[in-house]
Parts: sequence; C-alpha cells; structure tokens
Amino acid sequence: MPLIRLRGVTKVYGAGQAALRALDGVDLDVEAGEFVAIMGPSGSGKSTAMNIIGCLDTPATGEYLFRDVHVERLTRDQRARLRRRHLGFVFQGFNLLARTSAQENVELPLLYRGEGAAARHAAARAALESVGLTGWGHHTPSELSGGQQQRVAIARALVTQPTVLLADEPTGNLDTQRSREIMELLAALNRDRGITVLMVTHEAEMAAYARRIVRFVDGRIAADTLNRHAADAAEAAGAA
Amino acid sequence: MLWNSFLLALRSIRRNLLRSFLTVLGIVIGVSAVITMVTLGQGATRAVQDQIAALGSNLLQVRPGQRLGPGAGGAGAPAFAETDVQAIATQLGGIRAVAPEVRRGVTVIYAARNWATSVTGTTNAYFETSNWRLASGRKFEDFEERAGAAVCVIGATVRRELFGAASPLGQQIRVKDFSCEVIGLLASKGQGAFGMDQDDVILLPLRTVQRRVTGSTRVNTLLVSMKDGSEPERVKQSLTQLLRERRHLAAGEEDNFNVLDTRQIAETLSGTTQIMTTLLGAVAAVSLLVGGIGIMNIMLVSVTERTREIGVRLAIGALEREVLLQFLIEAVVLAALGGLVGIVLAAAASVVLARVMQVPFLFNPGINLLALVFSAAIGVIFGYFPARRAARLDPIEALRHE
Repeated sequence: MPLIRLRGVTKVYGAGQAALRALDGVDLDVEAGEFVAIMGPSGSGKSTAMNIIGCLDTPATGEYLFRDVHVERLTRDQRARLRRRHLGFVFQGFNLLARTSAQENVELPLLYRGEGAAARHAAARAALESVGLTGWGHHTPSELSGGQQQRVAIARALVTQPTVLLADEPTGNLDTQRSREIMELLAALNRDRGITVLMVTHEAEMAAYARRIVRFVDGRIAADTLNRHAADAAEAAGAA
Repeated sequence: MLWNSFLLALRSIRRNLLRSFLTVLGIVIGVSAVITMVTLGQGATRAVQDQIAALGSNLLQVRPGQRLGPGAGGAGAPAFAETDVQAIATQLGGIRAVAPEVRRGVTVIYAARNWATSVTGTTNAYFETSNWRLASGRKFEDFEERAGAAVCVIGATVRRELFGAASPLGQQIRVKDFSCEVIGLLASKGQGAFGMDQDDVILLPLRTVQRRVTGSTRVNTLLVSMKDGSEPERVKQSLTQLLRERRHLAAGEEDNFNVLDTRQIAETLSGTTQIMTTLLGAVAAVSLLVGGIGIMNIMLVSVTERTREIGVRLAIGALEREVLLQFLIEAVVLAALGGLVGIVLAAAASVVLARVMQVPFLFNPGINLLALVFSAAIGVIFGYFPARRAARLDPIEALRHE
C-alpha cells in the first residue's frame, strides 16, 4: 500500500445551484519518499486536495487512506493527533508566532507532544541547525528576513521528525534567489532524510525541483508526470 | 498537559505585556476596592468595640430621664443621690462594683500651665467599673471620700500637659478655685477609637466635686459593673425594680431613668458597622464583575486577533481541548495576577486609610484568599466563552484569516 491513497475524493462547497465542486473524483497515490509538486490554476482544487491530504479537512465522498488508516472516518481530535505525529506544515505566509523567538517557535509542536524542556531545546536547536540557522534561535521573526523566516517555519515542521512535509506555496512570498534556496533545502530533506514532500506551487521553476508533478484542472487531475530531470539529479546526488 | 498549557499561556501573556496589564486593571481595582472596604469596615467595627470596652465590660450605665441621646436627663427626671449607690451595692446581687459619676468641664492650672479638661467626682469603685489601674501613687482613703478632701488622681494626658516628665505626686494643682493634691497617676489606656483621648481625666472624691465644683448633691450617672457570669438581663431587671421603688414610681408609671447595657450598645453599633461593611463590599464587588467583563472583552479581541496563530496551533496538532485550556488558563492567570496585585494594593491603601481614619488596621487573611479565589473564578467564567470560540475554529479558515 502507498503512504497516501485518495480514491474518488470529492469536495463540494455550498449547496444547490451555487454549489462548487472543488474536487470532483480525485484518485492519487503517493509512495513514501516521493517529492511531488501539485500545480494548477487557482480554483483548480489543488489547495483543497492539500488540506485533505494534510488531514485538516475531510472529503465529502470517497476515501483517503494515510498509512492504511481511513482518515475520513477519524474524529477531529484523532486527526489532530495524526498531524502532530506524522505531518509537518510549511505555509506561504510562514505563520510564525510574532514576538516569539525562533527557538520557541520551533519548540511549539513539541510542547503539544508533551516533551520535556531539555528534549525540546535540543531538538529545536538541531532542527534550526538542519535549515542552516545555527545561532539564530534567539531572534524574533521581525528580526529575520523572509527566507530566514521560512527556514524557521521548515525547522518547526521538521522538529517532530514527520513522515510527510506539506508545503503550500512555500516560495510564494520570496524572491527568486531565496526561493531557490528554500527549494534546495526541501529537495535535500527529501533526498537525504527520506521525508516525503508534497508541495503546492504555481511556479514551473519551483515545480522543477520535484520528481513528480501533478496538475489539477477543475477539481480533477489533468496530468501526472515524472520529472526526469529532477529524478536523475536526485539519483546522481544519491550515488555520489 | 496542564503544565504545558500553563507554559503556553504564560508565553502569550509575556508577549502582550502592556495589554495584559491593561486587561487586568479592572480586576486589580475591583479586588483592591473590596479588600480595602472590608478591611476598613472591620477596623471601624473593632474601633467601636474597643471604645465600648474602654467604658468597662459588663457595665450598666444608669441615667435619669426616659430616653437616650441629646436632651436626655431632662428637667422632669430627678437625679440620683449618693444613697442610691449604697442601696444598689447592698441590696443587689450579681454585681461587682457600683460607682457614682459626676462630670464637669474645668480648666486646671499648675505653675504657669493650664489645661482644659473635665473632673470626675466618684469613689474608689470607679477604678473597677471603668477598668482603671494606677501607674503610681494611691487611691482615695475612706476619710478623704467621706470628708470630700482636696485630693485627685490624674490621667496620663493631664500629667503630660501639666507636669511634662516630672513626677506629679504630692504636687498641688488648681481646680477652679481650690488647690488639690495629686495622690495618684492612672495607667494610660492609650488613644481610644476615633481619636478620643481616654487619658484626659481627673478623678476626685464625689463629695469634693459636689461641694466645690457643681455645688449640688446630684449624681448624674451610676455605673454598675456586673460580676462575670451574671446574667445582664436579670441584673438589669432587679436594678430597675430597685430604682423604681426608691424613686416611688407607681405600677403604671414609666421609668424616669434609663439603664444602658454597654454590651448591648456594642452589639448594636458593631452590627451597624458590619452592615455598612457588607454594603460597601457589595458595591466594590460590582466593580470586580465589571473587571471580569473587561477580561472577556479583551480575550475575545485576542482570539480574533490571533486567529491565524490558533490556526497554526491546530494545524501542527494541538487538540481542541489544549487550545481551550490554553486560553482559559491565560484568562485565569491574568485574573489571578490581577487579584494578587489588587491584594498588595489593598494592603497599602488599607494601612494608609486606617491611619487617616484612626481605626486599627486588621489584616484579614480570609477576605484576601477569597478575593484571590474569586478573581481566578472570574477568569474561568469570563474566559470560557472566548476560549471555546478559539478551540472550535476551523484550522483552514483560521489559517486563511487576514
């Protein structure tokens, strides 16, 4: 069984004439260790799909299996527990807590897991180190650049050692140079630590870092292609 | 989980220090108002009780006239005589001492100093009825009382004003137009309630005052102190009966004198101050309620303002009840902090105001604890609604919130 399996997933917003079918029968399998870019015009259903995969939302009909668990049958709290154990989120707007140090921001998910102070500090420091922000722990978000803020956000997603990293337009608020750095980081995490990465983007250049590209149009998957270039590059890096 | 929620709440409060302070201001004011009112009220109650205790405990005051207050002891009612004192002392059971009291304002002079005070004509029994002790010297001798000798026992204030630090014993002071030897000095009772000076007294034998100051044999007041354990009501009844006989009152006639039980006055007066305390406390409690509404208001604003933050927390796996608990604890911690600050403020205000009002400062741990618990409870009550609203947010909607 794949890590993620969607079967006939639909999602409808509103009712009657005004009803909007955001997802209209989506089938998708993602294996562990993949790096998938989800593309599509706005309103194509890519964000809705991400929300369902991220266990933030449930499908109206159809089924979603995550690690063989029927997510659509879980309660709100059960989905929260699943998120804190297996999922890491990176948002377009970073969504760091203001007036809170990078260190404390990264520690936040561990607080909800009930980890002790010493374990929290060590894990947060290690996560910050892995995104190249060693020594920046005491800075608050307003003292950091956009790229650095997104790195803190990635560290926050990584600190729980998630199975899957879900990134919703992670480079949407960054300039090209910063965007490339973030993409390199995500690609490296996927390649070196085997973390499954799902990323929504509408920039082809960013999608090019992924090994697989899924295109959404009108709530359906219009294309699902392997990205030869990225796949080869990853294998070359893995062999080297 | 509780500890983590507490930690999260503390971090949130620290992030918004100024606003947190403004939020709890209502609670601070409410708590300090309640405690200050109750503390001062209890001080006033104690002051009244002290004042009455200083008159003597288990004491009956008998005055001519039918009613209390200004104008009592009017023309119609005959005064008492010295013989009434002896009659009560010999014929009444359950009493410890009976003393007559004739008081008159005078100016006393010693050397070049003079002092406006009052003289009290009485007997040695007065020491017992009014709880006086001697600091030095002696009481009256029998022959001095019988003969109306020019001797006096003075209070600490009179001594200070006339003699300063020097010993007054054996000295002659001038009262009206006669000289009087100081034979004793009363131990100080200290300042009485509401600034009344209890030590501003001069005691002379009854006959001395009657002959040389008032010029009549009338006795204005009888002081009857009862034995411990005797029943005030019964003593009062037999005293009334005895006086009625002595004053030849027929069965249908009203008493032309009144008997005041100091304990009764004490109970009435302290009852009144207690009602005032409760009333003021209740008014102050309303401001505590307003403070609670202030907390709810700010918590609701805070939830709206922090919608994205709540979305992030929910997305990274916070459970509904963890978010609820965090906001609830935030409200409780805020309210309890306000309570603590209020307690400190109230203590300071009470000490200062008690001094200004000249009532004793009585620290009451009960009301302080109650105020703290109550303010925390306000946090729970007024924090619950905003906290529940935060916990029930849809993470997707919350993350999209601008």
